[in-house]
Amino acid sequence: MTEMNDPRARQPRFRGLEAGHRACQGCGEALAARLVTESAGPDVILTNATGCLEVFTTPWPQSAWRVPWLHSLFENSAAIASGVEAALKAQGRRSKVIAMGGDGGTFDIGFQALSGMLERMHNVLYVCYDNEAYMNTGIQRSGSTPHAARTTTSPPGKERMGKRHLKKDLLSIIAAHHIPYAASASVAYPQDLRRKVRRAMEVDGPTFLLVHSPCPLGWGHDGSETIQVARLAVQTGLFPLVELERGEVASVMPLRHRVPVTEYLGLQGRFRHLFADDDHRAREEREHLQALADYNVERYGLDGDGDDPFDADGADTVRRGGPASS
Amino acid sequence: MLEALEGSQAIARAIALCRPGVVAAYPITPQTHIVENISKLVADGKLRTELVSVESEFSAASVVLGASAAGSRSYTASSSQGILLMTEVLFNISGMRLPVVLTCANRAIGAPINIWNDHSDSMAVRDCGWIQLHCADNQEAVDTSIQAFRIAEATELPVMVCMDGFVLTHTLETLEIPAQDLVDRYLPPFAFDRMLDPHNPLSLGTLVGPEYFSETRHLAHQALSNAASTIVDADREWQSLTGRSAGGLLTVEGPADARIGVLAMGSVVSTFREAMDCLGAAPAKLIALRSFRPLPEDAIRAACAGLDHLVVVDRALSPGFGGIVGGEIKAALSGMNDAPQVHNVAIGLGGRDVPMEMWPRLLDVPQQGGGFRILDLEPAKLGEMS
Repeated sequence: MTEMNDPRARQPRFRGLEAGHRACQGCGEALAARLVTESAGPDVILTNATGCLEVFTTPWPQSAWRVPWLHSLFENSAAIASGVEAALKAQGRRSKVIAMGGDGGTFDIGFQALSGMLERMHNVLYVCYDNEAYMNTGIQRSGSTPHAARTTTSPPGKERMGKRHLKKDLLSIIAAHHIPYAASASVAYPQDLRRKVRRAMEVDGPTFLLVHSPCPLGWGHDGSETIQVARLAVQTGLFPLVELERGEVASVMPLRHRVPVTEYLGLQGRFRHLFADDDHRAREEREHLQALADYNVERYGLDGDGDDPFDADGADTVRRGGPASS
Repeated sequence: MLEALEGSQAIARAIALCRPGVVAAYPITPQTHIVENISKLVADGKLRTELVSVESEFSAASVVLGASAAGSRSYTASSSQGILLMTEVLFNISGMRLPVVLTCANRAIGAPINIWNDHSDSMAVRDCGWIQLHCADNQEAVDTSIQAFRIAEATELPVMVCMDGFVLTHTLETLEIPAQDLVDRYLPPFAFDRMLDPHNPLSLGTLVGPEYFSETRHLAHQALSNAASTIVDADREWQSLTGRSAGGLLTVEGPADARIGVLAMGSVVSTFREAMDCLGAAPAKLIALRSFRPLPEDAIRAACAGLDHLVVVDRALSPGFGGIVGGEIKAALSGMNDAPQVHNVAIGLGGRDVPMEMWPRLLDVPQQGGGFRILDLEPAKLGEMS
């Protein structure tokens, strides 16, 4: 009887991405994709740029997707999503289209198609799983790779301290399209991520989510540390969690206990050269990265105090099946 | 009823008759008038379609890929550099067996930049797995555009309708636009059983490793080869409804006992038809090759039976090799008993005019002998350019 009284508790959670795929242990992207598709529900059509997510989910004749899924090329996830959405409109169907890509397929090679999709106001949620390098091809630097990070094409050496350039501020470029809703999220804060997906799903128009998704292999940390690393990225201010409406900042996740960037950097092999003894360049780059975090905090007003519904300290509490009934 | 229409205007009307669910395009000369006319039909409420005005040809092809996978009849058009920018997607569309139709307003490729007509663009994507049909005039282009959707949807292969830029797209001709009810009878609504649908979730475009890849390529080759019979059937039924053939796989004109033949594709065929009637040159056969992919080897051999010499006309070339169609025809005829001697020339590159007077020059090629050459080259100009 108690079971019958609470059918919601008995209902298995919907999974768009099924277990058994071939992602590495601790893969942030796989976790993010599961959270996004779970929150979006079954009435969706996905498009996927070429990359790890496409490779580890669909080795023919297997597929880990329980929702319709379309992959074409590296740089056209947004454009094929535009086509799917146009067809649904032509046919009077109302399923939501979700385009997905990694940071390479979004910040760099697929950037034009994404801009076009946003400008034409297609009813598509674009989700970028940001692991800050070309991981599928073996950890090469992308426009999203943070300053000073080591990748196979930005190796540190006598003349270099990792990536020379800054991480592209994609969210600001997205904001310049004045789309109804855009946000950044992190796999370390699943409750916040789910809420942002649901929010985007309700919008009739283009929306964008940038999901920080650690890659243990590429970042050089243990697979068991994915959540810890992702959380530190937020708590240091290096990856601020913000929401934008029509290009204006609508809310931010405040940081009550700011953490120095060295705690985040020190966990990852890609920043190990920043901790070399007797290297003034290492100290300078650590200071540089701290300055970038400080800039984010100032720009978005991340220093928070008091009770806040978006408080980082409580945001990662997962409440299964929705809030407890009162 | 006959109407005087510009080629692009006629194509837009023909596409509208096919009731596409999604049209995506990006402007490029000489394709522009097609998308302009489609846009006007949409603006005037005469065509109900989702018109997606994209930010590049790459996205135009990607949009119709997505739309087709989602179950809508989908159309795009381009030319030249635009076709090249689409290339990666064109391979994808055929690899995923999506029945997209594309009009290629044939134009040269730079550098040097040149907006005029030859076949460099569609030849550059010869191996992308699309059906390629060439049109001799605007009536053929109208009829082929409608047939293209039927062929594409029956074979689940994309179709590229090649029509010469400017020579056809910007030329006013009298032609017949068929009635809507006739097209509706010929072309039933698109039903795609691999459609993206949350009620029947399929994964399209998955990763295929070495253990299955050769088989996918075999199936693609087989499908394209088998499409020849669908092309013939589609044209036959069109003929039974309208009284007009758009040229099947190829057509042969001229006296049955002619010993010399000319094989060509596209608008020069119309020029040569006129020349055969008007110039009273030596008796010769004109083979108008409509289906370049699939290449109908049997039909080509049958058309060449009894010929001593065949002059193959190319409107593009493969530098370091020669004529592309010429090379393929030589291969198709190899091993044939009493095969004609094949001579290969390129003419009309980058819009150089091909007048009727070209016809007797072509018939003279076998006497001159020699290998591939650009027949209308003006050697004196080479000095100016060095």
